[in-house]
Amino acid sequence: MKSTGKRHPSYIMLMALLVLLIGLPVYVPSSSYTIILVTNVLMYVVMALSWAIFSGPTGYISLAPAAFFGVGVYASAILSGSLPLPLVILIGGLASFVLAYLVGSVTLRLRGMYFTMFTFGLVELVRNLVHWWEVNITGTVGRLIASEEPVTVFYGMVAIFFAVLLASYFIGRSRYGLALRSIGESEEAAAHTGVNVNRIKAVTFGVSAFFMGLTGATMCMRWSYIDPTTAFNIQYSFMPVLMAIFGGTGHLYAPVLGATIFSLLEELLTTKFPYYYMLIFGLTMIIVIVFMPSGLEGVIEKWRKRGKGGPEGVTYDAEKT
Amino acid sequence: MNILEVEGINKHFGGLAAASAVDFHVGAGEIVGLIGPNGAGKTTVFNLVSGALLPDSGVVRFKGIGITGLKPHKIVRIGIARTFQSVKIFSKMSVSENVLLGHLFGRAKGSVISDPAKGETEEILDFVGLAGLKEARAMDLILANQKRLEVARALATHPDLLLLDEVMAGLTPTEVAKAMELVKRIRDRGVTIVMIEHVMKAIMSICDRIIVLHHGMKIAEGTPEEIVSNKTVIEIYLGE
Repeated sequence: MKSTGKRHPSYIMLMALLVLLIGLPVYVPSSSYTIILVTNVLMYVVMALSWAIFSGPTGYISLAPAAFFGVGVYASAILSGSLPLPLVILIGGLASFVLAYLVGSVTLRLRGMYFTMFTFGLVELVRNLVHWWEVNITGTVGRLIASEEPVTVFYGMVAIFFAVLLASYFIGRSRYGLALRSIGESEEAAAHTGVNVNRIKAVTFGVSAFFMGLTGATMCMRWSYIDPTTAFNIQYSFMPVLMAIFGGTGHLYAPVLGATIFSLLEELLTTKFPYYYMLIFGLTMIIVIVFMPSGLEGVIEKWRKRGKGGPEGVTYDAEKT
Repeated sequence: MNILEVEGINKHFGGLAAASAVDFHVGAGEIVGLIGPNGAGKTTVFNLVSGALLPDSGVVRFKGIGITGLKPHKIVRIGIARTFQSVKIFSKMSVSENVLLGHLFGRAKGSVISDPAKGETEEILDFVGLAGLKEARAMDLILANQKRLEVARALATHPDLLLLDEVMAGLTPTEVAKAMELVKRIRDRGVTIVMIEHVMKAIMSICDRIIVLHHGMKIAEGTPEEIVSNKTVIEIYLGE
């Protein structure tokens, strides 16, 4: 919670990252593999960050990201060509917000495993509903999309990345961030301290879904054809959760780092070891969970505290962002 | 003027009557003790007043206005705060963040984390005697300080009525003495207090009035002198 003004190292790093990302298409061909790879990394980074907005402080493990991503994809597929691009993306995000807010208002009283199972079921429900709709109402399966240039999708993801970073930062520092953390510790005590627990949970779940919807709507433009199976692929639920667990959720850099390393690792493994990919991936995950229970963040924070010469065994969360 | 009026309140858990036809009132500025053997329904009464539970029937009025059925956060915002029998502080948050939350979401509803908000947080921490520990993580505090922190968090919501649920349980005699003194100072700030307590010395010396519950029913009410000489109360506590 310390504010150290504009010369904070993370502020400088953020600016450098922004310049680097915006300038990237100048240095590499705008439809090159690099652009597509970085777009893919950004997609996972945004998904993990959005997930961490709600699930990080509250501890509610949601497996619904694929549902919100898919809603964004479909909104974009339906509207593309008929509206300006930014508006299409925004509607994709808003549609996910509305779905998450409504679902959240009803189900966020479920706790622990029950909530997780429900969100898992939500992905299947929405996917099957869309599938049913296509078979019985529109009589088609899937949709053709007028896809955009890779560089357009890339800039879209850069913009969403910075939007979700800013949103996470300001939520984390505001009274809502404090309230979310209190909800994660004791909903009862939070309510008896004046926090409208159910509303804050539902709205934050919605905000988290909003960015997932934006991502889906943007990434959709990379494809030329989508159907419910690709749009609501459960991988979009599992990956962000694993990445956030791998990186950690206590600091902003943690999900970014986790998602970047994880998605690069995935890329490397699928290209170099296509047959052993899942095996190596699973092993890596097990090793990380066993040896780094608080993720990369745990290791980094331990190292940072030692560097500062802080008292052993006493940890204060004063720097929590 | 009565700040709190509870009329004929009932709460059943299956076949168990946790509160049956409980009637009592609390005058503004009083310290009222709520005593009774374990399972007498004391905490249930707190849960019914603070909105954690809905009564099966009966009415709770605060400053003359019915508040039965209001959600807990609404009840906090009209001026009733509480602590918990088993300490429920936000253990991973810092001491000052715990109190800040009360300030930001309670009746004062400061909407931003500002310097005045932090100033008030410090004033309250100073008041309960935790000024030197504001940066500590709540889980690192000893029990007596965790209980004080819970009181501080409740005070930060700007209550007119404070419900204290066994703030002295598990404390050493010295800590109990300090807690008694704190309760009196809170009343001197203008906050009315209802406290559940098993530490009889504390109850008898600081309460203006005492209400005795047994099996969910109010069996006695009066000044400490009247309660210690009440036959029914003695029977319950000491056996016949």
